[in-house]
Amino acid sequence: MASISAEKLYKVFGRRPQRGVDALESGATRADLRKQGLTPAVIDASFDVKDGEIFVVMGLSGSGKSTLIRMVNGLLEPTSGTVSIDGDDVTRLTGEKLRRVRREKVSMVFQHFALLPHRTVGENAAYALEISGTNRAEREKRADRALEMVGLGGWGGSLPGELSGGMRQRVGLARALASGTDIMLMDEAFSALDPLIRRDMQDQLIELQHELGKTILFITHDLNEAMRLGDRIAMMRDGRIEQVGSAEEILNNPVNNYVAEFVQDVDRTRVLTAANVMEPPVAVLGTEQGPQTAHKLMREHQTTVLPVVRRDRTLAGLVHERDVATAVRDGGEMRVVPAEQVGVVRTGDHLVDLFGHATEHSLLVVLDEQDKVAGVIPRVTLLAALRSDPTSTSDTDQPTTTDAQLQPAGGAA
Amino acid sequence: MSENDSIVPRIPVGEWGDSALDWINDNFEWLLDFLATVLDFLVSTLTDALVTVPALVLVVVFALVGLLVRSWELAVGTVITFLLIIAMDQWVTAMQTLALVLIATLVAILVAVPIGILAARNERVSAVVRPVLDFMQTMPAFVYLIPAVVFFGIGVVPGIFATVIFALPPGVRLTELGIRGVDSETVEAGQAFGATPGQILRGIQLPLATPTIMAGVNQVIMLSLSMAVIAGIAGADGLGKEVVASISTLDGPQGIEAGLSVVIIAIYLDRVTAALGRPGDYPHSGLSMLRRRRAAGGGGSDAAQDEADERVEGGADQGRGLAQVGS
Repeated sequence: MASISAEKLYKVFGRRPQRGVDALESGATRADLRKQGLTPAVIDASFDVKDGEIFVVMGLSGSGKSTLIRMVNGLLEPTSGTVSIDGDDVTRLTGEKLRRVRREKVSMVFQHFALLPHRTVGENAAYALEISGTNRAEREKRADRALEMVGLGGWGGSLPGELSGGMRQRVGLARALASGTDIMLMDEAFSALDPLIRRDMQDQLIELQHELGKTILFITHDLNEAMRLGDRIAMMRDGRIEQVGSAEEILNNPVNNYVAEFVQDVDRTRVLTAANVMEPPVAVLGTEQGPQTAHKLMREHQTTVLPVVRRDRTLAGLVHERDVATAVRDGGEMRVVPAEQVGVVRTGDHLVDLFGHATEHSLLVVLDEQDKVAGVIPRVTLLAALRSDPTSTSDTDQPTTTDAQLQPAGGAA
Repeated sequence: MSENDSIVPRIPVGEWGDSALDWINDNFEWLLDFLATVLDFLVSTLTDALVTVPALVLVVVFALVGLLVRSWELAVGTVITFLLIIAMDQWVTAMQTLALVLIATLVAILVAVPIGILAARNERVSAVVRPVLDFMQTMPAFVYLIPAVVFFGIGVVPGIFATVIFALPPGVRLTELGIRGVDSETVEAGQAFGATPGQILRGIQLPLATPTIMAGVNQVIMLSLSMAVIAGIAGADGLGKEVVASISTLDGPQGIEAGLSVVIIAIYLDRVTAALGRPGDYPHSGLSMLRRRRAAGGGGSDAAQDEADERVEGGADQGRGLAQVGS
């Protein structure tokens, strides 16, 4: 279910902005509107943010992303189009009804923290609760818990001025968390922080999101941040949303040159994961199968190593071609490299973390969360994934791991 | 030479204005009388209070106020200079002037701050208010004595009336400036969490604008004091009357002593109100120390405070450490 749903949103600044919307709908450009003294900030933006996902709107300054986020909680009224939150249209709400939505459904974190300097950290964290009329004991309790969550337990009595930038933004985050809303809007929330702190805050946000399942609409101009945080990303340019998709989709299948050029400098090794590049584990050996089967599989699949898999699809080990050959020739036991010595990675590992393993092992085995074999990454595949030509990985970024393929091949032999 | 030769006709603006004053005087007599009664009561009560308390006790009280809001230096300076006022035999007149200035300031602020708030929130109000303020500030101050005396006769009330009109503009201007100057993101934060306009005004805009508004209050006080002499012409008791008397009799010593007393009071009020506007700039004031002691008493020991300071200085590394604690 979509938590936030925006449909055909327009925001045009200037006198009688509706004429700008009409002009845009009949094909006028931004430049045409400027001549009439209108500034179109957001043009025909439609998107859905699903329950519990981090949805990132990424765009350079002037792309309209700040305007877009402000239409979600009614800080700006759209010129045309609708925003609904949990299915309720909030676009034309005013006064007390709008304030109730803001208190109960949508909180916000700001680029420059927007803390109240004359109130303590604890009072800042409790601000939303104070506005909604929660009693003192309850709001102090919840504010303390929120501060605890962001790692600022015990700082409640300090003033914001005594804190570093990163810590102040934690207070901003705690204030939004304490409000207890399911949806959080984050407007360039980490952009004012220095890079080290920013990374920490990103990690922490991802963790909090896993823990609390908040729906987060995150605005940023930093593509790496977008790729790191976003379950899905909307790329914005000149007021329009150019593409919506996961980091991998945008990297590998950019819809137009703008997006393609934009993402070409992205460090692919930090975005793509093992799951994106791994090959389906077609050629695997069952634990009960012998050297003859191994020999046949290797010949069929043109490979020199085979993972050995138990009935429950967990990894038992690995066999090498020369050991198989020796066993076939001498008719003895086949030497199996034990699982501990195999190059094992996880589906969520980023490519950057795979190279260390790849230097020692020619074949990496990818395990999923249940420790089951999800795929394999030969060294060559890892290198091929680094080519920024999108077509090179498009056939491997949707691994098909059906049960049939995972059954040890040649079971009848 | 005669104006009759000019092609521009003589427009009797002055007479129109004068008739307007008469009209107000005739039709709003009840309001003017009410104002006169209230203001007269306030000033005379305050004056009586200030004069009744033994001078030396008051000097100590003023010094303590200085110590509380600013520093021991101000307290010492206050004792020395206020003793000088007593020594110059200007104490009673000085207290009369102080009462007049305080009441005038109070009235000016009660009028100026709401107008400033309205002007900050509404462009139209702002556009109307601005030229009116320009008029009030540039019209020679003596001119205000005419309506003041027309409305209220001779005495302290016309003095206050003229003083308020003259001192009002910076109060309005700096209130508007202060509220408009509040970081828009912080105001947005209030809106984003569902605060009502009133809650935003009380909880965010006014507190954050306080330093600027207090700078306005400070200016109001200074202008009120500079009007003290002119108020003396209207017959208000106090240092102004002394100065006026010394001018008419060319009494040098009296003029110098009264003038010096005005300066002393002015400096004292300036330093106190400036410190009230920016308490953070005066960490050694009595209030700051009390607040720290209370904070330390509630949150642990002084050592905890020091430790906290150190942790803040830890900067980037500290942020990382905390992230790990949080995770």
